[in-house]
Amino acid sequence: MNIALIIILGFLILSIFLGIRSTKGKDMNLEQWTVGGRGFGTIFVFLLMAGEIYTTFSFLGGSGWAYSKGAPALYVLIYITLSYVLSYWLLPEIWKYAKENRLMSQSDFFVSKYKSSSLGILAALVGVVSMIPVIVVQLKGLGIIVSEASYGAISMSTAVWLGAISLTIYVMISGIHGSAWIAVIKDIMMIVIIAFLGIYLPIHYFGGLQPMFEAIDSAKPGFLKLPDQGLSVSWFISTVILLVFGFYMWPQVFSAVYTARSGKTFRKNAIISPLYTLMLLFVFFVGFAAILKVPGLQGADADLSLLRLTIQTFDPWFIGIIGAAGMLTALVPGSMLLMSVSTLLAKNVYKELLPGVSDKNVMRLAKCLVPVVALVSVYFTLNGGETMSALILMGYSFITQLFPSLLFSLKQKNIVTKYGAITGIISGLSIVTYITISQSTIATLLPFLPQAAKDLNVGIIALLVNFIVMITVSLMVKKK
Amino acid sequence: MKVLYVLTLVPFIGILGFLPFINRIEPYVLGMPFYMFWMAMWVVLTSAVLAVMYKLDPRNREGEEE
Repeated sequence: MNIALIIILGFLILSIFLGIRSTKGKDMNLEQWTVGGRGFGTIFVFLLMAGEIYTTFSFLGGSGWAYSKGAPALYVLIYITLSYVLSYWLLPEIWKYAKENRLMSQSDFFVSKYKSSSLGILAALVGVVSMIPVIVVQLKGLGIIVSEASYGAISMSTAVWLGAISLTIYVMISGIHGSAWIAVIKDIMMIVIIAFLGIYLPIHYFGGLQPMFEAIDSAKPGFLKLPDQGLSVSWFISTVILLVFGFYMWPQVFSAVYTARSGKTFRKNAIISPLYTLMLLFVFFVGFAAILKVPGLQGADADLSLLRLTIQTFDPWFIGIIGAAGMLTALVPGSMLLMSVSTLLAKNVYKELLPGVSDKNVMRLAKCLVPVVALVSVYFTLNGGETMSALILMGYSFITQLFPSLLFSLKQKNIVTKYGAITGIISGLSIVTYITISQSTIATLLPFLPQAAKDLNVGIIALLVNFIVMITVSLMVKKK
Repeated sequence: MKVLYVLTLVPFIGILGFLPFINRIEPYVLGMPFYMFWMAMWVVLTSAVLAVMYKLDPRNREGEEE
């Protein structure tokens, strides 16, 4: 075992230890386990939500896309920033309603607003389906980090298994309290490391940022701006809009909203949060630096670019530190996601179908489901060859389908009925599923459209159909 | 409240609305291609816009809402 792996392992043990400690002296009922007893202040909620957002995806996937696609990678920076603008209005409303009605999950929100337990079950299932690709991203990240940091001694698939096992143990012991504490350590480590890499690597290899970009521009003309076709301006705009709508629809982000002590917290957080995303620029710089220094990573291997470049540049002990930070960026969101999926299945699907079961049984089932969900995710991780970015975009296309009915439910007088909401969500999901399975794009489905329309993100079409069906059905059913 | 709604749209227009016009490499600013610099600048401006919104919003003047 080399020094890099020892350091990574050390951090893993430390985080499990902190997880155990944070649960001491607290009675862990279902509410404690999932929403932390609703007592977190501004800073804690901020860190928790930052932990949600800066997943291993932004660390490895962000640099991976900068490496393989160039300029379009900046969509990550922009959708997060614009989502905070939306959060200013959206989150206090969600929080307030959730608190008044003592809600615990996103699906409770739909049940309560639309007085329909079927809609709640549907929302829970949409959440589960959307979150699996995101858990896969975390496991892929863990796998990449551990196998790269072992300098090939541990294979990618062994590393994925190790990651899944640690994640499961971690979640089953600590719940959300563990996540929050680790988020603190993780964020500090991430900021320092990413800023260092983003500044050091371009200077070390190219003598500065501008010389680096000029070198890329002459080696790959057009790579540093959005192309005319494909990932073009209209792709960028439609993708960002889709992602902004979906940003707070993730069940685990939704339940992180519930943990706040007051609604004002969110409006205050919205001010500083965009600045936090600037850190992503450094991630992109690393990806760009890798283009000319570790060329030839194809397809999903683009996600390896950050680690390959750092391994080529630094000593093993430093790779250990980077790997540890990377591991934590997978562990924090990964644990939240695993917990959310299991809680959703136990509480919002199982309990809704069998209302007689006790809370104790539901909690036991939720805990038992954690390893099951982890296993399913391991299966997809080992059998899929997608880049992290493609997986994230797929998850987003699914989860965004909850946005229209959620948005309308916040209005005083909601014109959308439960039938409208259900049929809308189902039609949106069907379109996303069809498009994903048949691998179509708008260009193949509707070849007569102008180029700008062909490049639109397909998730937008599904969202549009969802919206139209939702309104039409709501108006028709009301008339009867 | 009306001013707040208008302010909400400003970052969207600044980033997405201007995208077709700023999709270029030259001139480099702070070492970044122009397109990248513009986005980074707007991230900072978004934060500023949100700070102004927070100050103007009467809901934030009362104590912590419960």
